[in-house]
Amino acid sequence: MAVVTLNAVGKTYPNGFEAVKPSSFTIADGEFVVLVGPSGCGKSTLLRMVAGLEEITAGALQIGEREVNDVDPADRDIAMVFQNYALYPHMTVRKNIGYGLKNRGTSTDAIEAKVQEAAKMLNLTELLDRKPSQLSGGQRQRVAMGRAVVRDPSLFLFDEPLSNLDAKLRNQMRIEIKALQRRLGVTSIYVTHDQVEAMTMADRIIVLNGGEIEQIGTPAEIYHSPASTFVASFMGAPPMNLIEAWIEDGAVRVNDGTLLASSGNRTVGPVHLGIRPEDVQLAENGQIPFDISIVEELGARRLLHGELGGQPFTVHVGKDVPATAGQTTVHLKPESLCFFDPKTGKAT
Amino acid sequence: MTGISDTFTQSKKHVARRPIKWSVVGDHAVLVAGVLLMVLPVFMVFATSSHDRIEIARTGLQFGFSDQLGVNYGKAMFEKGGFTDTVDGSLMLMNSMILGFGFAIGKIIISMMAAYAIVYFRLRFATLAFWIIFTTLLLPLEVRILPSYEAIQSLGMANTYSGLIIPLIASATGTFFFRQFFRSVPEELVEAARIDGAGPVKFFIDILVPLSRTMIAAIFIIMFVFGWNQYLWPTMITTEESMFTLVRGIKQITQGVVDSNDIPEYGQALALSIIAIIPPVLIVLFFQNWFVKGLTESDK
Repeated sequence: MAVVTLNAVGKTYPNGFEAVKPSSFTIADGEFVVLVGPSGCGKSTLLRMVAGLEEITAGALQIGEREVNDVDPADRDIAMVFQNYALYPHMTVRKNIGYGLKNRGTSTDAIEAKVQEAAKMLNLTELLDRKPSQLSGGQRQRVAMGRAVVRDPSLFLFDEPLSNLDAKLRNQMRIEIKALQRRLGVTSIYVTHDQVEAMTMADRIIVLNGGEIEQIGTPAEIYHSPASTFVASFMGAPPMNLIEAWIEDGAVRVNDGTLLASSGNRTVGPVHLGIRPEDVQLAENGQIPFDISIVEELGARRLLHGELGGQPFTVHVGKDVPATAGQTTVHLKPESLCFFDPKTGKAT
Repeated sequence: MTGISDTFTQSKKHVARRPIKWSVVGDHAVLVAGVLLMVLPVFMVFATSSHDRIEIARTGLQFGFSDQLGVNYGKAMFEKGGFTDTVDGSLMLMNSMILGFGFAIGKIIISMMAAYAIVYFRLRFATLAFWIIFTTLLLPLEVRILPSYEAIQSLGMANTYSGLIIPLIASATGTFFFRQFFRSVPEELVEAARIDGAGPVKFFIDILVPLSRTMIAAIFIIMFVFGWNQYLWPTMITTEESMFTLVRGIKQITQGVVDSNDIPEYGQALALSIIAIIPPVLIVLFFQNWFVKGLTESDK
């Protein structure tokens, strides 16, 4: 259990490519932080720098009270779960889990006791004498977890651990990992490109884009007040609607003149207006015309895709709301509106 | 309806009659011919080794067996012979074993370690080093035999087992095979091992060597047979008869007697040939089983 502090930590490769721009944040003791972003955004590099598998070229990394920039991965008191599990194929589950302890000179009896304990926690007791090739994907995943848990580290690192599993198992393992982390109270950093995983598992989310931190916040903050258009469109499925609009005379209007909302005392000029699809209501006598072209039936809910003010727009309604393709009008919840600067993409 | 039952009865009749398929007969004829081509010479050597030398000298290779089998093998293995009367078949067999195992094991150890260094360590000029090793394939022992002999001789290693084995154990082929294999081992295994606190030596011994066991088996087969069949180098470097290997000793049996104008001990020489064939065959049989199992049970 430890506080992890990154102080302007960055990574520049010898060829001059800056994979991670200097980033600073602190992870509290026992916190579950998810690094999320599209492929190539530097999230894995950042995690691997924390693990010590990638050299830190700028800044300082602290785990607990100790600066660990030049500490070997084995001595950082961390455990890591890899995307493809990285189990040792020739060792039994028992040996796989105990290997780290064995290398640290733990006595055979103590190893056996700890392995048994970890196996019990993860429902692996029956499988201890099998080889990884005789296990299913979910079981391998649990062995990888066991290998991390058994060492009692002060920091867990997860590198997209669920992306090799099928959707159903992924949901189940998501809950298992979260529950396990809660129970053990170990500080964790979890890397994923799946925004659902990020939303459901994190205490705090760090959204990365192009090697830079876009936003740090709780899932609710990230979802409801995205700091930039990137975060707004990356988090949430379907993504937030972004409409190019114009502020004038205290009102936000689309280019065809339709009044969308009141702008408060924002400056005159172009703006990107963001609103989540579920914050839009179909209203019989609303002010804003919406042209539905496709109705996507999802069972519990419906997605209505169409155009608002000549721009693509999506509305999310419950299953009880009748909807068919054609003209209708909508109402935007004023408290759910987000405003972004069209030039920088940042929230205003 | 009738169509189905017709076909059914037809196929039944078909099974009952079993007409001769000439293509199958042809296939088998080719296979049998191949087998005979491979096995007959060996069988003839074995059959002939049961005759006495006069019979062999008079009528050549035999198809049938005679009564000298035990005598020939006994003498070949246990009668001291040669110029100095110090060497018998069993000693040569042991020398060959030492050469074969030393050669194969030495080659595996050296080439595995070389490949490990090239693949897993950030060395300057690692690629260059690899290609230099690789180009030594163009310089087989036969090309560099005089300098090699000179070097070993001046180190005082002539007529020793180490002199017999060490100059041969550097292996570009083995290094190449292991390099390709190591490159296919997932990167995450190295990283997981690093986090698990395994240093370079532990990673090599605990993880890489067990993972490579099928490769090791394959290379062992090739290298053992290759080492066992070495002729030129042992002939150069061993002048004492007690260091002779089987492959070279077979010739010695006939050689010695030809000089004295007697009829050579053909039976014993052939018996020794049969004995010289057995260990490589056993090695191949033993490891092949293991090798195939390892290949099919993919667990990487």
